[in-house]
This record gives sequence, structure tokens and C-alpha cells, in this order.
Amino acid sequence: MTAGACLETLIGGQSVLLDPGGVLIFAEARVMVVSDLHLEKGASFARRGVFLPPYDTAATLARLSALVAKHDPAMIVSLGDSFHDERASQKIDAQTSSAIAALARGRDIIWVTGNHDPAPHHHLPGTSVDMFALSGVTLRHIADPACTMPEISGHYHPAAILAAKGKMVRRACFASDGVRMIMPAFGVFTGGMNIREREVIHHFRRADLIAYMLGTDRVYPIAARDLAG
Amino acid sequence: MSIADQTLESRIAASVHLPEPFAGWFAMRGWQPRAHQLDLLARAQAGRSTLLVAPTGAGKTLAGFLPALTELAERGPLKPGVVRPGIHTLYISPLKALAVDIERNLSRPVDEMRLPVTIETRTGDTPQAKRQRQKLVPPDVLLTTPEQLSLLLSHKDAERFFGDLQFLVLDELHSLVTSKRGHLLALAIARLRRYRPALRAIGLSATVAEPDELRRWLVGQLPGEDRMSDFVEVTGGAKPDIAILQSEARVPWSGHFARHAMPEVMAAIKAHRTTLIFVNTRSQAELLFQELWTINEDNLPIALHHGSLDVSQRRKVETAMAANRLRAVVATSTLDLGIDWGDVDLVVHVGSPKGASRLAQRIGRANHRMDEASKAILVPANRFEVMECQAALDANYLGAQDTPPIGTGALDVLCQHILGMACAEPFKADALYQEICSAAPYRHLDRETFDRAVDFVATGGYALRAYERHARIRLNKDGLWRISHPDVAQQYRLNSGTIIEAPVLSVRLTRRGAAANARGGRVLGKIEELFLETLAPGDTFLFGGKVLRFEGIRETECLVSLSPNLEAKVPYYAGGKFPTTTYLSAQVRKMLSDPDQWKRLPDQVRDWLAMQKIKSVIPGPNEMLVETFPRGNRFYMVAYPFEGKLAHQTLCMLLTRRMERAGARPIGYVVSDYAISIWGLKDMSAMIRDGSMPLASLFDADMLGDDLEAWLDESFVFKRTFRYCALIAGLIDKRHPGKEKTGRQVTVSADLIYDVLRQHDPGHILMEATRHDARAGLLDVARLNDLLLRIAGRIVHKPLERISPLAVPVMLEIGKEPVTSAATGDDLMAQYAMSAGDLVREAMGDDWNEDGN
Repeated sequence: MTAGACLETLIGGQSVLLDPGGVLIFAEARVMVVSDLHLEKGASFARRGVFLPPYDTAATLARLSALVAKHDPAMIVSLGDSFHDERASQKIDAQTSSAIAALARGRDIIWVTGNHDPAPHHHLPGTSVDMFALSGVTLRHIADPACTMPEISGHYHPAAILAAKGKMVRRACFASDGVRMIMPAFGVFTGGMNIREREVIHHFRRADLIAYMLGTDRVYPIAARDLAG
Repeated sequence: MSIADQTLESRIAASVHLPEPFAGWFAMRGWQPRAHQLDLLARAQAGRSTLLVAPTGAGKTLAGFLPALTELAERGPLKPGVVRPGIHTLYISPLKALAVDIERNLSRPVDEMRLPVTIETRTGDTPQAKRQRQKLVPPDVLLTTPEQLSLLLSHKDAERFFGDLQFLVLDELHSLVTSKRGHLLALAIARLRRYRPALRAIGLSATVAEPDELRRWLVGQLPGEDRMSDFVEVTGGAKPDIAILQSEARVPWSGHFARHAMPEVMAAIKAHRTTLIFVNTRSQAELLFQELWTINEDNLPIALHHGSLDVSQRRKVETAMAANRLRAVVATSTLDLGIDWGDVDLVVHVGSPKGASRLAQRIGRANHRMDEASKAILVPANRFEVMECQAALDANYLGAQDTPPIGTGALDVLCQHILGMACAEPFKADALYQEICSAAPYRHLDRETFDRAVDFVATGGYALRAYERHARIRLNKDGLWRISHPDVAQQYRLNSGTIIEAPVLSVRLTRRGAAANARGGRVLGKIEELFLETLAPGDTFLFGGKVLRFEGIRETECLVSLSPNLEAKVPYYAGGKFPTTTYLSAQVRKMLSDPDQWKRLPDQVRDWLAMQKIKSVIPGPNEMLVETFPRGNRFYMVAYPFEGKLAHQTLCMLLTRRMERAGARPIGYVVSDYAISIWGLKDMSAMIRDGSMPLASLFDADMLGDDLEAWLDESFVFKRTFRYCALIAGLIDKRHPGKEKTGRQVTVSADLIYDVLRQHDPGHILMEATRHDARAGLLDVARLNDLLLRIAGRIVHKPLERISPLAVPVMLEIGKEPVTSAATGDDLMAQYAMSAGDLVREAMGDDWNEDGN
């Protein structure tokens, strides 16, 4: 998952790199942005009697650390819903907290709050904030229709479906119209929502909307008009 | 059967009497009780369980209920104010509609004889108030489905409700037993038998290949013994009058729609009172219905019936049919089983029935009197199907059967059942294990696997023991497992059953272009989400006999408007859903290899085979022909295993891996029920000739070892199978309409769970269940294994300059195959990805160019 070429694109004139692993890089500032980790989702479901495999947190963090090793950022921004529920971040086991500590070693972590984890993560390394600004771009969990600045957010778990010639492929994607970007969800138990659904698409200028679909080792920019669903 | 048994049987058969008022009722109607009806009654009176195999129209239902009704008649009425605690007789049917139908048929003799017997149905449609009342005041005879039985057994008062149960009548047993549904039912019956060890089971079945399997299924099994129920078989009945349609039009090379034959089908409808037209898939039903209406100049009342249509529409068709107001109904398998719909005098089967037993079942629909011949016409949709229909027809005259085997009990079903039993009452593991092993499909279940299933139910059964404190069931000090919270029972009831529907959305009619703010509109039925995801707004497709324009998806509804177009743009599911049975395939191979038999085939088909003989080779009945030829800038290999689509898919997956290693650079493949075609960039004729890719080792049975294992884990088939297992076992909740928004965010997709489990806990019980199901089901590994053994040393290679006549049908399938791997997905995205120039234009506006002007 860590191999593969990044694709460069612009958000409000600011250059960013999109990694096929589902993270976004501000190369000059050496900042890596990741969204919707949903750590401890398995444990959260178990409390309701649904026993998902209890390996999701470790698997998600392993994937993330591989990408951290690849890009070696000076700062990681986790764009909200880092944990699947509020109780979860306080109940993590030793293995999880040492994995997070390893990620934080020698770099800053910014935890942006999300709807699943609205309270700050005091007991974790790094800083909790409600939003964040970087190189003229606002970073927050849920896109704000009133925002006049270029903006990167998460929350919707965007996915795109390309159907043609009797074939169909559905993949998670970055969705952007050049001013606003919605990041794909990173957690191993996070599904996707078709970006053509009203809830997602109304954040964008439709004519300029591109789905940057995550391929095996490349990011494929597909015009929204070519998508299905 | 021992001699002692036989003496006993003749003794009990001779001693039976039909008591009053039954004898009088038969006499009044001018009927004689049939021998098998009396035979069954005698065996029941002697306390035996029995399998009755009889053709349609033999009075099977009455035979099945006679023992219960006579006993109930003798029991007499209750004193006023007294209520019996439970039911006397339980009837299980595979279809809700069949239970309702039986209630109607049974109430006639009961009313006419004024028997003091109450009969009620209980299905998913039964209102809550009635269900409650049924538990307090149980009827004497309860008619229900397997799902409802499992639910009843999961309640705390199950022992009271079933404590006095005398008879269990299982209708259409042959179709109940073969699936996971049958496994769950077998487990439920094991529980009934624990409550009532003397319970008498009566199985009613159409003719099957292995009656002994059903006989084992009907009685409780003990370790080291092979126990079977009694067996009564009714033979005979008039031979059906079946013909293959001799079409004037050209029979197509491939396809499943038989458009060419519609004028002749229409003529047949006109010449009969009521015609039932059977097809194998919903899409065939839709297309055929549309085709018929375009040529229905006399406006004959012709209706459509399939499982996706709205219930009210289906009921309307059924009522009109029963009242003989329709001239024809186009139907899929929803009308397949034992239901009696009016005065059908012709069955038309479009496409091959794909199995001899399936043909017999469907023809049984026309005419429910055993002594009159049913009339049927087979309409082959392509040239191979002409041979297949001929073989099915031959089999029907010979009485050959090819019903599927019952199979060993599935593990996901076991997990579901264990939770249900815990909801009913606390259990001891030893006792439950014994009870479960008494059900025939689970008689070889080992204790370790059972314990793993219990562990799965308790905490998910993971190697990493993370969920102990959230356990659903707990082992108490008294050695009993108990549910840890009443919510667990609630959760079980919402998720029980083995029928897993693909996620579906309601299809709602609205105004064109009204997607975002549409209101109201009629619901036409349900449609798979997966299909809708391939549509863009404005696309048209066929549904419910109408061409619909896709407007968009809103929450759990698919909004559509009526399209003025007559042609739908997007075809809905091509192809048939059942693979041809092994028996029928063998018959087709035999027919193909013997030019003497070609005389019975239509001219066009005979000429086609004759051309094949000149241009290539006609393989012998046990040989497999492999042809290689160049076409365009590719090289093709076409083989003819005749083992059905599923086994062919698996074969191609494995062959392409091997060809990759041999350096043949395969890039694609396609399968039909009869043949496979693989294409690549290297000259395969030359590779086979120079020995760099010997056919014998390419098709060697050892491909089912490592290659299969390696491929299994990453195949999409596996993921789909896993989803079913996870839902049945209760790992993830079923979706319930109205309880969530779109489901996409609320639930975790089974694909994601599978990926995590495969990497971190490959030995998990659900992975084992999935592997087992995938091999037996969608991959058809057993059949592939038989093929590889059959053709070892019997592969005939024919290098050709161009495509052969026999290869045309499978080559026409190319381009219709769906995405199956990451690589094809990447390929598709690459074709649509915007170039750097596009991106710049997109960012800077259309009138911008590289020079900056």
C-alpha cells in the first residue's frame, strides 16, 4: 500500500501531493494529512454485541506508519474522527498507545476534532484543535459551506464509481473542485459514500469536480461527469 | 430394509382402516382412498416417520395430513374455556404462498366433515397481534416456514408450545433440504425431537436422485448408526407430452432471450387456454414479457410475475391466474413449487431448464391430475441449448433425476442456531452437541468445531481475545451457557434466517428530472443496489415490463420516470443463473460426439455440427477438445469442458495463472456453460507444438492444490461468499428497511472485514466456513476436479488458422464480462483518467493553452 506514485494537484493555488495510500502531503511544509482513522471501531461495535475482528486499530496504524516512513513528515494532521467514539481514545491498550507514540516520535501530531471524537485527546501525544490553517488552506473535519478560503476536510468518506463497457470499479477517492477538497477515509473499517450523492456533491462546483480515485499504485483523476451512481 | 421390517410393513398396511367421518367423506365425493394414502396412515399409526415420494397430482397433501386429521378427529373437541398448551401438527413449506394455499385446500375437507380442528398460518406477513394470540391459544395445525420455526424455537415458551407436538409434515422436502435453509431446518427439527422424542415426521417430495438421503434427514441420527425413515413411493402418472419448438427463424449462436421464437410462442398462447411461460432469470422474464406485448395484436391478457415486483402486483397476478382471467403468465422460479394456479394447460420453457429434475418440476405445473398428460414446449435460446433441451427431454422420458446433494451442515448456520438455542433456554454444551449431531447434515460434526462455534457466538472466536467483557453468552458456574443480556435475543431475532437478499432499493416512480425534490409516486418493486451503481442519471433500463429512466438515488429509494423509448439502454443481467447439471452436460457431450443422434436435431444445428466436423474436430464423449487459433492481433485457446459456468470460471482463473508462468501472456478470458476461451499475446499453437506449454500439464489436476489456495484468498467470489457467511453467522447485522439511512455508513462492509481477517486471523471459523462454501458453491471445485480426472490423457488439440464453428458461441460472449480483479479496475480507471493537459485545462479554464495565450 505504500508503493506508488503521488499525483500533484492544486488547492486554491497551493500545490499538494495525493498518495494512492489515501494521505495528502504539503511537500514544502513537510506536513502529511490523513482523515477518518476511526481507530477502535471494532471495540466500539463490540460494546453493542457486534464482534468485528479486533485487529482494525493495529492494521490502520501499521498502514499509517508505513506511509509516515515513506514521506517522513515533520507534522501529521489527523483530520477528525481519529477514534470511532469518545470512550475509545481513553481505553486504548498498551500496544496501541506505543504505536501512536512511535508515530509522534520526532514530529508533531495535530488531532483535529470530529463528530465521532468532539473532545480533545489530552492523554495522547500532540495537540487537539477544532480547525487548523496551513499555507492559506483551512483544515477541518466537516466542510463548511460558508468557508471562503481554500479548504481540506474529511467526514464523508468519498468514493467514486466508474462504469463503462460492462465493467465497474468502485474506489475511495479524494474529491476536489480545485478550491475545496474532501479526503478519503483511511481506517480499515471505513466504507465509502458515492460522491455523486447530494450530501457530498453540493460542496463543490460540479463542472470542476474531479474524483482522484485510489488505484493499486497510482491515483487516477476522473472527471465527475464520467462517474456513475 | 430387513425381512422383519417388510413383514411388519405388510402387516400394518393390511390392518389400516379409514375411520369415520373420513370413509364417508371419501364415499360422498365418489373417491377411493389411494393405496399410498392408507399406507402412510398405517405407518403413522404405528409410530413411524415416513418419506412419501410421488408425482404431482397424486394426492400428496391429503396423504400427508390424513394421519394428523384422523387423530385430531378422534381426540374430539375441548370443554369450553379450556385451552391446549401447544400445537398438534406442524406443517413446514418452503414458500409463504404455499402455506396459504394449503390452508385453503385443507379447510375444505375439514369444513365438510365438520372436524373439530383449527388450522392457521404463521408467516412473515402474519400481524403481530395474531402471532401473540397464536402463542396463547395455539391452533391444532400450524402452517409455517422454516424461518418462523427457528424464531418460535428461540422463545422461552418453546417447550410448552411444542411439548405436545405429534406430527411434522414437511412439504416439497426435496427443495427444503439442499440449501443452508435446510441445514437450519434440520437443526430446528433436532430440537423438536428433543422436546418430543416420539414425534412422527412425514416428508412429501417429488422424485429425487437419492431418496435415502431424505430418509436419513427425517429421523434423529445416533453415532455409529445409519437410521432412516420408512419409504413410500408412488410411481407412474401419465408421461408428459413435451416438444422442442421447431422455429422457422434462425436459431441464434449465443444469448439467452430466444427473441427469434416469439411469434411461435405467441401462436402457442393463442392455441391454449392458459399458458405458463417459465424462464431462468428475472431479466429474461422482463425482456420476454416486453417482446410478447409488442406482438400481442389481440391484446390477450398476459402478465408478468417475478420476485422483485411489488407484493401487491404479484398478488394481483396470482388472483387473476386462479380465477382463469389470464391467458399467459411469464414467470421465474417464484411460481416454481407446488402451487396450484388455475387451469394451466400448457407450460412453455424458454431457455434450457439446465437440469432434468427442474424440467420435471416445472412441467408439473400444467395440470394437477396425475392421470392426464401435461403438455410442454421447450424453446432453446441458442444452438447449444437445442442439444441441452433435447437431453433434458430424453431424461424426462427416462425418469432420470439430477437433484443436488444435501451437503454437510454449514458452520455459519450452526453459529446462528447455537445463539437461538441460548435465547430459548440456558444450555449445557455436551447436551447441545449431542442434539445437533442427531441432525443428519451435522452427524459428522466434531466436538472441537462445535466448541469453536460456541466461542464465536460468545465473543467472536478470535485468536486475539479482546471481547471477553462484551460476551453475548457466558458459561456460568452451574455449567450452563446463558445469554448475558435480553438485548442479545432481540438481536438474534432481527438477524435469524439463512435467506440473504442482496442489498436492494425500492424503485419509485416519479416525474422526469424530479430527482431531488420528488414526492410520492408508486413503488414498482425492488432492485439490487449493485446494479443501480452502474447507472448514470438518464440511463434507461427494463423493469416490471416498462422502460424506466433512472433519475437518481434518494436514501433507500431508486427514483425513476417512465421513458418514452421502447429500447432500454442498459441490459439488466445477461445470462442464466443456474449452471447446467452434471447429468445434462454428460448427455450433451454424448449427443455431440455421436453424429447418429444429430438426426433428431433441427437442420440448422445439424449443419452447424457438420461444419465443425469438416473445419475442426468432433470430440468423443470423454474427450475434451482444445482449439488454438490467431484472431486480430491476439491468440486464442478455446476448450470445451461442458461443466457449467461456475466450474469454468474457476478453471480459467487457474489456467491463466499457469499460462502466465509458461510465458503465454494471457490477457483475458470468457466462459459459457459449455466452453471457455482464453486469449493472450503469444502464439499458443506454437507453444503447444514446441512443448513449452504442454496441454497435459496445463490441465493437470494438481492445479487444485497450491494454485487454488493462492487464488482463493484474493478472489472476489470469496469475498461475496464471506459476506453471506458473516450475515448468517451473525457477525454483522442484516439491514432492516427503515432502521437506517442508507446503510453505507452505519454498517461495516463485509469486504473490509474480510481483508482484515484474512491478514490477521486466517484460521477463523468464518474463514473456514467461507472456504468450504466457495469450493462447493460458486467455485464448483468438486465438478472441476471430476473434469480434470475425466480428461487426463484425453485432451485432443486442434491448431487452426481461424475460429471454428463450435467456438463461435463462446467467442460472442467476449466483452460482456464484469470487472473481477484489481488489475482490471486499474485498467478501467487508466482509460478514463484525465491527461496532464486535461488537468491543466480543468484548473485554468477551457480557453487556456500551454503557450499561455
